[in-house]
Amino acid sequence: MVQPVLSIKSLVVEIPTRKGVLRPVDRVSYDIFPGEILGIVGESGAGKSMTGNAVIGLLERPAHIVSGDILLSGNPIHNLSASEFRKIRGKKIGMIFQDPLTSLNPLLTVGEQLVETIIEHLAVSKKQAQERAIAALEEVGIPAARERIGSYPHQFSGGMRQRVVIALALCAEPDLVIADEPTTALDVSVQAQIIALLKRLCRERGVGVMLVTHDMGVIAEAADRVAVMYAGRLAELGAVRDVLSDPKHPYTYGLMGSTPLASRGLKRLNQIPGSMPRLGALPEGCAFSPRCEFAQEVCKTGSSPFIANVDAQAACWFPLPHTKSRSSK
Amino acid sequence: MGAIFAPFLAPHDPFNPATLNLMNGFTGPMTPNQFTQDVFVLGTDDQGRDVLSTILFGMRISLFVGFSAVFLAMILGVILGLLAGYIGGWLDSVIMRVADVQLTFPSILVAMLIFGIAKGVTPAEFRDQVAIWVLILAIGLSDWVQFARVVRGATLVERQKEYVQAAQLIGRANIAVMLKHILPNVLNPVLVIATISLALAIIAEATLSFLGVGAPPTKPSLGTLIRIGQEYMFSGEWWILFFPAITLLALALSINLLGDWLRDALNPRLR
Amino acid sequence: MLAYVLRRIFQSLIVLLAVGFVAFAMFSFVGDPVDNMLGQERTQADIDRLREQLGLDQPFIVQYWRFLEQAAQGNFGLSYRQGRPVSEIIAERLPATIELAFVSGFLAFVGGVGLGVFTAIRRHGVLPSFIMTASLIGVSLPTFLIGILLIYIFSVEFGWLPSFGRGEVVDLGGWTTGFLTASGLKALILPAITLGLYQMTLIMRLVRTEMLEVLRMDYIRFARARGLTEKTINFRHALKNTLVPVITITGLQLGSIIAFAIITETVFQWPGVGLLFINAVQFVDIPVMAAYLMMISVMFVGINLIVDILYFAIDPRLRIERSVGGH
Repeated sequence: MVQPVLSIKSLVVEIPTRKGVLRPVDRVSYDIFPGEILGIVGESGAGKSMTGNAVIGLLERPAHIVSGDILLSGNPIHNLSASEFRKIRGKKIGMIFQDPLTSLNPLLTVGEQLVETIIEHLAVSKKQAQERAIAALEEVGIPAARERIGSYPHQFSGGMRQRVVIALALCAEPDLVIADEPTTALDVSVQAQIIALLKRLCRERGVGVMLVTHDMGVIAEAADRVAVMYAGRLAELGAVRDVLSDPKHPYTYGLMGSTPLASRGLKRLNQIPGSMPRLGALPEGCAFSPRCEFAQEVCKTGSSPFIANVDAQAACWFPLPHTKSRSSK
Repeated sequence: MGAIFAPFLAPHDPFNPATLNLMNGFTGPMTPNQFTQDVFVLGTDDQGRDVLSTILFGMRISLFVGFSAVFLAMILGVILGLLAGYIGGWLDSVIMRVADVQLTFPSILVAMLIFGIAKGVTPAEFRDQVAIWVLILAIGLSDWVQFARVVRGATLVERQKEYVQAAQLIGRANIAVMLKHILPNVLNPVLVIATISLALAIIAEATLSFLGVGAPPTKPSLGTLIRIGQEYMFSGEWWILFFPAITLLALALSINLLGDWLRDALNPRLR
Repeated sequence: MLAYVLRRIFQSLIVLLAVGFVAFAMFSFVGDPVDNMLGQERTQADIDRLREQLGLDQPFIVQYWRFLEQAAQGNFGLSYRQGRPVSEIIAERLPATIELAFVSGFLAFVGGVGLGVFTAIRRHGVLPSFIMTASLIGVSLPTFLIGILLIYIFSVEFGWLPSFGRGEVVDLGGWTTGFLTASGLKALILPAITLGLYQMTLIMRLVRTEMLEVLRMDYIRFARARGLTEKTINFRHALKNTLVPVITITGLQLGSIIAFAIITETVFQWPGVGLLFINAVQFVDIPVMAAYLMMISVMFVGINLIVDILYFAIDPRLRIERSVGGH
């Protein structure tokens, strides 16, 4: 079996507050393999980005990892010192942020920002770094890269800037890329291009990609496997094909009901009643139980289900049966 | 508090020549004078004036000038701000343009200038007597812009509100509308500015007096006392400088703290 | 752009005209300078001769015209007190003030930026908290007390540095400088610190606020995610972005350094134009007051104008950035 690029095991992140301890990430486990795109999907506040930040070691205080392991190519990284972690960032793990407008320093040229990153991580001369920077820009599809390398970020359009951001994340040839909502701030037409670019780079380089998004459409288009998060916990994990066509967790089912997908034709969009509970006020048992139409007594009182302890693709005591046998509402 | 009751608290009357004894000059703190054997808690200055008493009286002058100047600035600023905001038009532009020009310069410079001009127009014999009032005028006139700007802004907002328009419609006179309806609503920010201005005014007074363009030596404020004391810094009579300086320091800090506290208390948005 | 610059220049001229009117009004309505200049034993002939010499016997409108004409040429007549041309006195005093203001401004900027960055990066340390508290106290203290404190420590107690004057100066064709002699430099230290300290605390607090703001930006997080060192992030990425607004505001502070020099010059008996002005106010020497006022106004208005235009010159870049943002 191929070794996963990233392996998260029962990760717990806590934020101590005056009103008690919050757990934005609660016993989350998954692997990402080389050349694979794992989509992480969920509502805002579900703990998607927090997991990504934990992996790259950029949790903002007072948030911190309480327990669990993060293995990068088999090596634990969650207990590295700050300076050791810095050497991994950019070199082993690249990161792409949501908004390309604010991710680039407005006062430095894109070339300067690429070169400083390359020199930081690779043993190359300034001249070689410059050449690599141009190559990196060409690879992400920026026309006339040699001329544009001296341009400032504001001289690029939004889509082009996101390409620059991707070039920056990939320029030191990392094994893993965390893309946090990489298309949310872009126009729809540009979104598809960026997704296609990410997919291509992932396949060509054999990079593992953690694609964080709240958009099921993006998952359907780009991801190989998907992890659905709800209230800091993993609700469902599986191949995109399976999860989309045959969701096992009622939340995933509801989430898909609220996403317009071409495959489902012109049906009315469903809404999940209520909203995700705040982390400070999680219900007992399954966090989704108050909104779940299939919830039973054990869901509301028993211990909370986790993928590890229910031994299934979905963290649910009563996984949904096969879709085709269920009449859609 | 000590400043208010200075006349009762002060052990000596520093400005009554009858009780002054030049022999008592330069007495150190808590040590008996070598000629008269009199003891002064904080020592005496060159003319034998008790330093503690001059400080208490000086504080009184400093506070009096500070409060009066802020009061003058407040009245002036509120009136001009109300007029500018309520009547608008050319009056507004004239008032605000003058404010802009004055804002270009630091207020202490404006105060010095006003002091100089005022000094020029008063006959020499009266200068010392009116100096305090000139000082109040100078600091007050240099500080009205803040008030006027805030009041004008608030007035512009209030004027649009329905109750003001209703009052206008039923034929209330402009003055009545301004005083009865708009003024109470702009009072809170004005008080906030007043507390900040008070600290600044007291420091401005001390600075002007120190520079010799403020309270005269015959009616010394803390700044004047420090100016006098500075001359004796090298000759070893440190107490003449030290105690007024410490007092001013404490005064400036406590008024700043008081201002912060009042600002928080009066401004619910900042809480 | 051109229209904007022209409008700002026009506004500046109006300010100068207004100040000019104040200066002229001072000439026309304030006191009788002859009283101030001549002692008790004066004859009517003395008075008349002096009045004629000073142009005070002319009718109002003629004086007004003469004032405008002369002021434009930098000529403000004779000082009532010293009986010498005001322009000559000011030219003689100006180098002292400019040197002092320059050194203090430099101190304030370097010290302010340095401490601001330090307190922004080490937000939770003991030393930065101490610096912040000290700066709060510093802001609420009158400048002259700080000056006196410095004199007391360094001149009276330790006797290291002179407490007044400029020390030895070297005359370079009309420009006297204290930079070239040891005593001149020594004499400069205390006044420069006194004058610069207040501005330094202001700049420090400004830099700290701006820098904390910048450090929260996405591009700083992205720089961190790229594995750049903290040094590169703080000084290459954050500081550059911090300094853009700081420099414009610091430019405006330059004017107040010259105005606050009045206080410092008095504390240290520094022979600059500030001390000249304060003496002029004390002795109601109207021509000197008027000339100082006009000079300071030209400086202030000029600095404001330059800073405004600079800001406008930077603005298009920001506007392009915003308009491109949508797509």
